[in-house]
Amino acid sequence: MRRLSDRVLKVRSKNAGPFWVTVDVFCGTPDIFEQVRLELHTEAVAALFQQPSQLIKRFDIADLNVIKFSFPRPVAQGARTDRDMHGAQWAILLAELKVGS
Amino acid sequence: MSTRVLVPTGALGITFDRAALARGIAAKPDIIAVDGGSTDSGPFSLGSGTSKYSRAATKSEWRDLMLARAEAAVPLVIGTSGTCGTDATVDWMFEITRELASELGQRLKVARLYSSQSPARVAMALAAGQITPLSPAPDISAEALGAMSNIVALAGAEQVQAALATGADIVIAGRTTDTAIISALPLARGDHAGAAWHGAKIGECGAILLEFDREGFTVEPLVENACCTPHSVSAHMLYENSDPFILYEPGGHLDVTCARYDALDARRVRVTGSRWVPGRYTVKLEGATLAGYQTSILAVLRDPHYVAHAQKWADELHAFLACQIAQRMDLDDDAYSLEFRLIGMNSALGHMENRSGEPVEVGILGLITAPTAEMAEEIGKLMNPYVLHYPLTKDEELPTFAFPYSPAQSERGPLYEFALNHVMELEHPMQAFRLEVCEVGHA
Repeated sequence: MRRLSDRVLKVRSKNAGPFWVTVDVFCGTPDIFEQVRLELHTEAVAALFQQPSQLIKRFDIADLNVIKFSFPRPVAQGARTDRDMHGAQWAILLAELKVGS
Repeated sequence: MSTRVLVPTGALGITFDRAALARGIAAKPDIIAVDGGSTDSGPFSLGSGTSKYSRAATKSEWRDLMLARAEAAVPLVIGTSGTCGTDATVDWMFEITRELASELGQRLKVARLYSSQSPARVAMALAAGQITPLSPAPDISAEALGAMSNIVALAGAEQVQAALATGADIVIAGRTTDTAIISALPLARGDHAGAAWHGAKIGECGAILLEFDREGFTVEPLVENACCTPHSVSAHMLYENSDPFILYEPGGHLDVTCARYDALDARRVRVTGSRWVPGRYTVKLEGATLAGYQTSILAVLRDPHYVAHAQKWADELHAFLACQIAQRMDLDDDAYSLEFRLIGMNSALGHMENRSGEPVEVGILGLITAPTAEMAEEIGKLMNPYVLHYPLTKDEELPTFAFPYSPAQSERGPLYEFALNHVMELEHPMQAFRLEVCEVGHA
């Protein structure tokens, strides 16, 4: 099993407004996109971010070789217990996830 | 007829490429549009009604845009003035504009578009069933609205068009959607509505020249050697967007599911097939509430025994301090909040963190939030000696950790939180907005 970041071009995350965060996986090629699409399960992403899977919106965008996940922030941006104002470090969790064989 | 919109930068105040601006002006734009803010940096700007960027940086960049505007003899529009787009930051931007008009010897007609909402007005709309929560939305009531320090509504294209229709040379807008300042003119001139909104979303990060027409739009980068490709342009819909195909705006939504992206050459991309779907006329609301005042305290553990047991140490210290604060300040632990974040262990991700290691040192960031700044500071002072010396065991010699500065506690001032994620229905676009027009500068 390899880390996702060893297989794809880039994994990034950012707030999408103060109440959502969105994570983009740039696979780079159709082959890698197709492999990652099949191996990266929404349930695993939900578990990683400790969210119920039904709250995760997933977009498999073949034209861009991108897989995108969006979900409500458990804590609104900048609220007292928020730890990452821009939500940009969340991507690292997914980048480090071991996926596939 | 086509409409050319010059977007010189993604945001005023972060500096921009002057050569790119000159290239944009040479292309004879019909309007110059620049964004002055966003919620990116968090709730403080809206809560306090102040700009995140320095006045000096804003003024120097606005000066260059005002000169470019005079050269092009077209309107210059800024959206979400002063980061948050409250009435106070519109007036702040207006003062800067007035000073510059005098300094540059320009005589200008300036329209101010105000977006601030009084809590009473929003409470009336709430009572009338005109407020709809988005997901996820904080609970609101007339009382909660009354406690917000600032509420703004996000203007769309119609309000910016109303400001342009005054014949203003410069439009200083309060909170607008990022796209509305760009889409307003093409829409007013009858260009393709889907293209107007889609191009606006693509162009918002500048430095970009957008050309709109009846069928689509063309995007061209202005920075030397920068290229737009079908991939880079279509991928921009991913950015800071929870849904990469749909974008909600006042009065409808943009759907780019069927958009086509074609390279015109190595630098320019032509986009067609974007669709505008009209809907109810609603405007999004943003609000911020004062959530207390903070004091922070920072210490660093370098002793390997304490580094190895940092979480246990912080938990025990926290429990001990709660007793001390209760006894000596007569404060229950629901009267304030205290949180320790362990830098080097899990301070960025908290309970989501799934890695652990052997850090060389651990930073202990204590965050105290209390109803008054005085109380937060008093708790910080009370904590200070214990954060410095708290031992893991009772019989050891008291340790002394590293304080990076004196005093180790620092006042952080007010803490604001975003308190609205709602839309408000309007009977007509200008219902929640107001315009003021005047002349500034030399006669």
